Amino acid sequence: MADIAGIKKSLTGIAGFDDLTLGGLPTGRPTLVCGTAGCGKTLFASTFLLNGARDYDEPGVFVTFEERPVDIVNNVASLGFDVQSLIDADKLYIEHIVVDPSELEEIGDYDLEGLFLRLELAIDQVGAKRIVLDTIESLFSAFTNPAILRAEIRRLFDWLKDKGLTTIITGERGDGSLTRQGLEEYVSDCVILLDHRVHNQISTRRLRIVKYRGTAHGTNEIPFLIDEDGFSVLPVSTLGLNHKVSNDRISSGVPDLDAMLSGGGFHRATSILISGVAGSGKSSLSAAFCNAACMAGEKALYFSFEESVDQTVRNMRSIGTDLAEWIEAGRMHYIAVRPTFYSLEMHLAIMLREINKFDPSLVVLDPISAFVGSGDPLEVQSMLLRMVDFLKSRGTTAVFTHLMHSQEGVTETDAGLSSLMDAWILLLNREVGGEFNRELYLLKARGTAHSNQVREFVMSDNGIQLVAPYIGDGRALTGSQRQAEEARLRKAELERRADVIRRADRLKQKRRRTLAQIEALQAELDADEAELNFDAEAERVYLDQAASDRSDMEKSRRVAE
Amino acid sequence: MTMEDMEDQPTGTPKKLTLYVAGQTPKSLAALQNLERICAESLPGKYVIEVVDLRKSPQLAREHGIVAIPTLVRELPVPIRKIIGDLSNTEKVLVSLQVEGE
Repeated sequence: MADIAGIKKSLTGIAGFDDLTLGGLPTGRPTLVCGTAGCGKTLFASTFLLNGARDYDEPGVFVTFEERPVDIVNNVASLGFDVQSLIDADKLYIEHIVVDPSELEEIGDYDLEGLFLRLELAIDQVGAKRIVLDTIESLFSAFTNPAILRAEIRRLFDWLKDKGLTTIITGERGDGSLTRQGLEEYVSDCVILLDHRVHNQISTRRLRIVKYRGTAHGTNEIPFLIDEDGFSVLPVSTLGLNHKVSNDRISSGVPDLDAMLSGGGFHRATSILISGVAGSGKSSLSAAFCNAACMAGEKALYFSFEESVDQTVRNMRSIGTDLAEWIEAGRMHYIAVRPTFYSLEMHLAIMLREINKFDPSLVVLDPISAFVGSGDPLEVQSMLLRMVDFLKSRGTTAVFTHLMHSQEGVTETDAGLSSLMDAWILLLNREVGGEFNRELYLLKARGTAHSNQVREFVMSDNGIQLVAPYIGDGRALTGSQRQAEEARLRKAELERRADVIRRADRLKQKRRRTLAQIEALQAELDADEAELNFDAEAERVYLDQAASDRSDMEKSRRVAE
Repeated sequence: MTMEDMEDQPTGTPKKLTLYVAGQTPKSLAALQNLERICAESLPGKYVIEVVDLRKSPQLAREHGIVAIPTLVRELPVPIRKIIGDLSNTEKVLVSLQVEGE
């Protein structure tokens, strides 16, 4: 076994690849890059070489056995490499080895010393540290003696190793073996397999490290892509479950919805799933999230897989949300692309790149169900898992919408996504009494106490409102049924109030009557009392008179005696 | 060109054969010996032999597109012929050099 700590590596400068291999290709050793035609071997090799010459001060020699040097220069010029200036600065040399079998006759024993001399000349000319042989297998069609060729190729690899050159050898994929001519048996240090598969008319590029002596490496296939930024590998391994969590809250743009969550709003950097059937208001709700983010001075990125930007802007204007203003102000970025346009990996890669470029605090994917048609559910799930992880690790809030085809079994999304999501808003569109009414239910919100109520979801030019439904008779009523119920209630209330007034009147009258009776009785009482007083006075007067009469009589009687 | 040369056209002025070698390797030495012998025995006066040691001037390998060693190049008459190997098969060498049925 090779010494793991001791192996030296040369950076390729290929995004993602250096992370994946923990430092690039083995320094001073040959690496075989093989794959089918058009899978990006030459591009991988030239990117390695050009980055080395330009960024890592490691001049290189590109040995081409097939393409003409001018073609190679043009091919990579579209990726932003100014090859000519590297050549002029003696940092790069392109050696074109061409052997025309038609003008060649083999008579007796020979070797490829001429090739060695030419390589040596080129290597010494630029002081090369890196070299690419693309693709040495062409020699097999030029020379008829494979025994000599094999011996010479083995000698060449050993020679390059002795010279300490970090080498990439490209090879065409053969039947049942990695390369047509079995080059892999000469390269024991590092073998990379590139693949290019078409599934459902969408092609996907994948890379696999078959062998990397002295380095722990994953054996998984990793998607890569070739676009205007060149060759980039998208390893999953760089993402992990160690996101920082935030207690910060963000608004959904719908005050009524925020109020359903204790604490007011969703946690930042969580993933929110909005699922619902067609026309249940998923896009409108996601646009409300964007609007709220922009209003808070943050940036929002909206990926739409169904609607164009103008369509969304117009639709949102009808519910009182002007997204165009944010788009013009550069707070919101809207990217509309058909799901079938790229493969899943490509979509993911492009989204990751756009997110890194725009640096939003909120990302909307509308709808993720659009991908289900373009890949098998496992792939869709793995792509979304990576998306979720990526956004969480960046501290970006994610809003995903999901189109459900039926409301039966609503607690299961097609992509089996629910467990990835921190919050799940369910939008329903239910037919009751001859009309469809939108309903919203907060199915889950991790880490937040939330209302368990089904609310009626009403969109008007004042925006989105959530109306508490009438709940009675053991069921919730929405729409006109709710309104009818409310009207009935209002009527009953009116009647009740009238009743109360009537009863109060009656009581008042009765009281008045009673008071009148009290007055009459009081008068009677007063009269009786007056009579009683009069009688008592008469009695006193009588008694006084009697007493005075008696004393008068006594006086007169004594006088007479 | 003299009148005499014109009359001698079928055999022609000696054409140049260039033998590219890399140092004094056994294969190179064998090729040179074989070539000299064939020219002397079967093609007298038709060719002059020039030996180029690419170890001394490797840029000529690049210029003339030499990959295998030894390589014998006959530039004229066209088409250009390249024979690689130690030229150990006299018959085949003669066939290759007498393309025009001379």
